[in-house]
Amino acid sequence: MSHSSAHAAHHPALQHHFDTLEQQQNASTLGMWMFLVTEVLFFGGFFMAYILYRWMYNASFHEASHELNVWLGLFNTAVLIGSSLTMALAVRASKTGEKSALVFFLIATLVLGSIFLGVKVVEYSEKFTHHLVPGKHFAFHDANLKNGAEIYFSLYFGMTGLHATHMILGGFVLVPLIFMAMKGKFSPAWYTPIELFGLYWHFVDIVWIFLFPLLYLM
Amino acid sequence: MHDVRTPDPASSAGQAPAMPEVHYLNATHGPMSWFFTKDHKRIALLYLYSVSAFFLVGGIFAMLIRLELATPRGDLLTAETYNKVFTAHGVVMVFFFLIPSIPAILGNFLVPIMIGAKDLAFPRINLASWYLYMIGGLFGIAALVSGGVDTGWTFYTPYSTQASNTHVVITGLGAFIAGFSSIFTGLNFIVTIHTMRAPGMTWDRLPLFIWSHYAASLIMILGTPVIAVTLLMVVLERTLGLGFFNPNLGGDPVLYQHLFWFYSHPAVYIMVLPGMGVISEIIAAFSRKPVFGYKMVAIASLGIALVGFLVWGHHMFTTSQSVLAAMVFSILSFLVAIPSAIKVFNWTATLYRGSVELASPMLYALGFIGLFTIGGLTGLFLAAIGLDIHVHDTYFVVAHFHYVMVGGSVTAYLGGLHYWWPKITGRMYSEGWAKVAAVLAFVGFNLTFFPQFVLGYLGMPRRYHAYPTEELSWQVLNILSSAGASILAMGFLLPAFYLTYSAIKGKQAGPNPWGAYGLEWETTSPPPTANFEVTPIVTKPAYYYAPEEH
Repeated sequence: MSHSSAHAAHHPALQHHFDTLEQQQNASTLGMWMFLVTEVLFFGGFFMAYILYRWMYNASFHEASHELNVWLGLFNTAVLIGSSLTMALAVRASKTGEKSALVFFLIATLVLGSIFLGVKVVEYSEKFTHHLVPGKHFAFHDANLKNGAEIYFSLYFGMTGLHATHMILGGFVLVPLIFMAMKGKFSPAWYTPIELFGLYWHFVDIVWIFLFPLLYLM
Repeated sequence: MHDVRTPDPASSAGQAPAMPEVHYLNATHGPMSWFFTKDHKRIALLYLYSVSAFFLVGGIFAMLIRLELATPRGDLLTAETYNKVFTAHGVVMVFFFLIPSIPAILGNFLVPIMIGAKDLAFPRINLASWYLYMIGGLFGIAALVSGGVDTGWTFYTPYSTQASNTHVVITGLGAFIAGFSSIFTGLNFIVTIHTMRAPGMTWDRLPLFIWSHYAASLIMILGTPVIAVTLLMVVLERTLGLGFFNPNLGGDPVLYQHLFWFYSHPAVYIMVLPGMGVISEIIAAFSRKPVFGYKMVAIASLGIALVGFLVWGHHMFTTSQSVLAAMVFSILSFLVAIPSAIKVFNWTATLYRGSVELASPMLYALGFIGLFTIGGLTGLFLAAIGLDIHVHDTYFVVAHFHYVMVGGSVTAYLGGLHYWWPKITGRMYSEGWAKVAAVLAFVGFNLTFFPQFVLGYLGMPRRYHAYPTEELSWQVLNILSSAGASILAMGFLLPAFYLTYSAIKGKQAGPNPWGAYGLEWETTSPPPTANFEVTPIVTKPAYYYAPEEH
């Protein structure tokens, strides 16, 4: 960590204020984990609301969850887990320096993520046609359970919407990463962005792993 | 202390001051070199200018409140305008002044220097945090000029989601965006303190300023996302008609209060913990002694951050919250007093038999100890369930949190600004004027807020633009408060003049004008862009003022 070793390393990705590439990687990784902690708490507000209203309006929630298409949800869960697999393989490819495999798996991740969002669009539009969007036009077959169901669908749109927003933002980060990978910017010596994006992508996947049973199955 | 040179505080203070030819302020030129800077010290200055501007805006709203309340009748502002004025005062002061003040200005400048690093771990994220702060601020200003918002800074539902026809959405989005700037700052500090300490800067040698910023950063990253999602839910409820807190659907407004205070109570510690760090530095420097019980003061910072997360329900003693929950929150709130008292006692013990020098930063620090103690102890009144029912939503509460927020945080902020000003600018301000300002602020503050304790105990509710004319004592106390506010305003305005003047015309300060101990005094004033010519190697504990006692 002495001053002279900073000049000895001199990797093009090493920023001026770090002494070594290792120190820089440690900082970036810790930063990403800290960011994911904030994300847990960010989603936490919605989960808290879900827990409370699930407990208060159990019957409404049970009944309203039947309005969701379990098969589309299940399909999307499989797609998203698949994208986590391709992302993990991308990280592995960057570690071993296989450039074409890295590019392939990153593109595969982007494609699977887009399929997930496409299915979500289909699901959302179904809710519109079935008057299940909260607000003036909300309608529910059981009048006694209508208010609780409207809260359920508020949470459904809030939580899956926030999740989808994270997927879209992830896609915007993924595209430049693909171009960087094509230009051969990553090597076994430095692939921090791929690794960190992998952490983010897995986190977004895990959020869905909680959302799917809570919203579709219970 | 370091391999670079071994300064003797006494002798370096007497040396002919020397300002370096090239330093962070003149290393590069032009507006772009500021707006796209990644230097934490320049970003700290960007924050200084913008936070000061918001402090002025929030202060103007405070003066409008005090002007209105000088007379019992609502003769200056209508009730509706008054609601908007106290909301603007609260939103601006909390989200755009108090939260960023010490961390984003002094912390930004000092955290890397104090641990011997060249910059924060993520300089681009640091710059982004300032831009987010400014964008959030623009939303806030946009809401103000387009008619304001009248919900109070707490945005309580269902009023904010259903009844209020003011600019809740723009203001909420402003606070939401500013929240991410705070998250970025906290995240940067934590990673920097973990990964960028100079050789020999072990955890038990960290200055207490660093410990308190570490604790405050934990709250920033754990609490702020919750207020962000809560405000997002309010915005979604108002704009898209989703029903999260809507009582018409059976939604629970108390849920909103839980989520809101889960952040907003710990946020009080975001505002005061960095201030406590400032006070530790100043007390040690001007007593020429190591801080008494260094380890306990450091642990107390973490203790406040931890327990501070478990007390939010004391804001809700008058809601449908269960009696059991209220009792638990009450007991936990009492527990926060322990680490806070440890700090106060240890600062006092540091003064004991120290070579106390009453320089202007020290006046602020001593003021802090007294005012924070009053603010903290009256917090215990409010944590006691029975008494809280009596003074809930009265001026007693207003006085209490202003003793902590203004008497504590703002006093510490000004003390810290005076203490490190020579380091930031390389020049000294007029010590005489600084002492005048410190005394004015202390006297003005007490005159403004002490009468409010009495008013609250007598039953005057907060957030009303008028009060009964029959209550003569109410008007006397309100006039005292308004008179005090004008003195306080002078105390806050004065530094803007002599500090600005000193930055241009002040005499050169030299690297260590106070003869203080710490890495920031080892480098030049102003520091070079990379902070140190050579990365320092630390071999001694913090506050190595009296070596013979070690």
